[in-house]
Amino acid sequence: MSADTFTIEVNGIELDARPGQMLIEVTDAAGIYVPRFCYHRHLSVAANCRMCLIEVEKAPKPLPACATPVTNGMKVHTKSPAAIAAQKAVMEFLLINHPLDCPICDQGGECELQDIAMGYGRGVSRYTERKRVVADKNIGPLISTDMTRCIHCTRCVRFGQEIAGIQEIGTIGRGDRTVISTFVETTVDHELSGNIIDLCPVGALNNKPYRFSARAWEMVQLPTIAPHDCLGSNLNAHVIGGRLKRIVPRTNDALNETWLADRDRFSCEAVYAPDRQDKPLVRDQGGLREATWEEALDVAAEGLRRLRGNLSVLASPSATTEEGYLLARIARHLGTASIDHRLRRSDFRAQDEDPLFPWLGMAVADVETLDAVCVVGSNLRREVPLLAHRVRKAAQRGAHISFVNTARDEYLFKVGEYLAGEDLVAELGRLVAAARQAGASGTAADNVVAALRDGVTTAVLVGQIAMRHPRFAEIRALASDLAQLTGARLGFIPEGANAAGLSLAGVLPHRAAAGRPAEVTGAHAGDIVAHPAQGLILFGVEPQFDCADGAAGRRAVAAAGFVIAFSPFVDETLRAHADVVLPIGTFAETSGTYVNAAGDWQSFTGVAMPCGDSRPGWKVLRVLGNLIDLPNCDYQTSDAIRDELRTAVGNAQPGQDSFAALRVDSAAPAAANAGDVPMYQIDALVRRAQCLQLTRDGTLAATEAAGGRRIA
Amino acid sequence: MDAAENQTLLTAHTRGEIDAWRAKFPEGRQRSAVIAALHAAQHQNHGFLTRELMEAVAAYLEMPAIEVFEVAAFYSMFETEPCGRHSISVCTNISCMLRGGEKILNHIENRLGIRVGESTPDGSIHLKKEEECLAACTGAPMMMVDHKYYENLTPAVVDDILNSIKKT
Repeated sequence: MSADTFTIEVNGIELDARPGQMLIEVTDAAGIYVPRFCYHRHLSVAANCRMCLIEVEKAPKPLPACATPVTNGMKVHTKSPAAIAAQKAVMEFLLINHPLDCPICDQGGECELQDIAMGYGRGVSRYTERKRVVADKNIGPLISTDMTRCIHCTRCVRFGQEIAGIQEIGTIGRGDRTVISTFVETTVDHELSGNIIDLCPVGALNNKPYRFSARAWEMVQLPTIAPHDCLGSNLNAHVIGGRLKRIVPRTNDALNETWLADRDRFSCEAVYAPDRQDKPLVRDQGGLREATWEEALDVAAEGLRRLRGNLSVLASPSATTEEGYLLARIARHLGTASIDHRLRRSDFRAQDEDPLFPWLGMAVADVETLDAVCVVGSNLRREVPLLAHRVRKAAQRGAHISFVNTARDEYLFKVGEYLAGEDLVAELGRLVAAARQAGASGTAADNVVAALRDGVTTAVLVGQIAMRHPRFAEIRALASDLAQLTGARLGFIPEGANAAGLSLAGVLPHRAAAGRPAEVTGAHAGDIVAHPAQGLILFGVEPQFDCADGAAGRRAVAAAGFVIAFSPFVDETLRAHADVVLPIGTFAETSGTYVNAAGDWQSFTGVAMPCGDSRPGWKVLRVLGNLIDLPNCDYQTSDAIRDELRTAVGNAQPGQDSFAALRVDSAAPAAANAGDVPMYQIDALVRRAQCLQLTRDGTLAATEAAGGRRIA
Repeated sequence: MDAAENQTLLTAHTRGEIDAWRAKFPEGRQRSAVIAALHAAQHQNHGFLTRELMEAVAAYLEMPAIEVFEVAAFYSMFETEPCGRHSISVCTNISCMLRGGEKILNHIENRLGIRVGESTPDGSIHLKKEEECLAACTGAPMMMVDHKYYENLTPAVVDDILNSIKKT
């Protein structure tokens, strides 16, 4: 036993405890069950449900385990007659006003109140008075409310205040008139709002799109990985009869903790979008007609054999690593290196200096331990909501958080400095100048530099607005200078779920798999779109939305003589121009691997049956590879593909390289679309999630698309 | 809410009251003065709080507005809806009930022509709803008019008190 621990006795068992721990933390760690509603390990202690009452020797009355600090030699009984009696009494009070509508409640079967009532509730209620009724609130398209079921645990209130950072939520009134304030409405505009569904221990807050569509006990829970941002949140998919019903977070303290961004939770609706394609299509006499897989693949293979190297490939940055690896092998076998996943990047001048993969520079969990963070060119809350949460946690600890950006975004924590200016390069240049001029103080730039220099571990994080910027090369060189001058780490926040994995897989025009220099280099995403080749392969890409220059993307599809689309969906552009449509599974219907920005390889299996005749992308690519005589393409599983790449990559890791300042002779490309991409427009799946389109972020983006002002 | 708006909503006298309470608490614990501040704000507004006033108190004490709403909604001595200038709270808890508190309440209701929870049409008197024990059992039945206790009540005594209110 070390000096800072002591022992307590729980139910006659000796347990180690540290001063300052609450009793419930010690019993939870030891696997001793104590019932609770309001306690949550990621939220502050409220001690208002009283369900965790336990008996402590020498204490005159039962004490709440969540709010009782451990003391040396404490003797605790969690199952003594006094403890059980207290818990049963609390249970009876909690059930007084709770409706008996479990049969029509979505929470039924996965309800903490129901579970604990089974253990501690009376068979028959002694309460004969009228139960209270509380009016429901319409809090938007994501969360349904049945406020009569609320037991006032205040987890949602504390989530709003402590995790989301919203202050306008609380409990109003007293006793049985208490209600969760109407200000709860403001929570649902937050990008993490869906988490209050999981936190709610009863059926007061539920998943609205999923409402009334399945019962918890009929579904199978299968693990998978989130497909929208570079954090790699761990998910559990709930599936019934092979059909994906909903997504919930799977705890991983290193990545998403117990949380999930709304985008990852609610996009699953789009798997079954109306324009989902479940049969292969081939072009016949001007129109697309359904075909068998054999026919469609033959048409595709024949086209590829004809085109050979006169071909370019665009892949979604959320394609799996295995799909990317096979795609790159096929492209190189045919003699083209024009393959890219960096669809929204517009400045490729210094691409040879790109790191092995766009790396965060640290583990995700380390972000919250930083003493200062300077975020360059990022709308962080929209780009990677849970990374913004980690940054917020750092700010709560007192870290100095600064932003350099083209627009002023709202953050719900104390922002040290916010340098907003049209010209990102100039703003960043001022910071570097301040860093070179050691000792100066007074300006905002000096404060940023001082914070980065004085902290023990600090970081400069380069976001997606910077990476899309027409002068990204200069921005990266300046950010690197800033990091080097101040001793900060340098990190990148790439787009998509798998920019890292696809970089390693060689879905790049200038690099083969595992970062090896390409023998032949090809056109990057910008040139593929600007100067279309004869043939074009689209892998999960809708160029008119996904490319830096959407209009050019649309033109490129129209101009290409032969278009093969691997896509779960068929939109108007594909209908008009695709020659072969190969329907592939979404993230939920394929096995694969995502590598997040921190370099974590996370493999997953398919959780749902592929829609109709659609097939996992890697299997389609394997067959296509065989049809065009790609050697060594007889992979039995996606794991075999991953292992082949993993062996090639070995222990290679991107380092903290400096990025040499750019030579002045190369002019910056003309600005295409260097701005922000709305949170719910980033990929084909999210664009089809109706519930997300109905949120404030979704409707604002729609207004903008209809000619409104760009939201900054 | 900015400082200028705050200045106009809370009178100099109210701000003085809040400052006096604020000084009783350690630096950085100014939120401890919230109940006293709400009392002062309610007094200034003739007996009830408005959302704007609560927001002004929140801004003045540098705390989130919702926390001020929570306090105002919790305590029975704060009114968050418009009501009469003078408040009457008749105790009907055990001791007063045994000594005729409910009869006193009925008498007042009949006399003023309003029910508990209502205010007289002229806006002079508010009869508070469900007042809890006011800790004056030795003088039961009792009631509180504004901040003053009246004990050992009879209908005749109540009439005198009500007449004196009406004059002011």
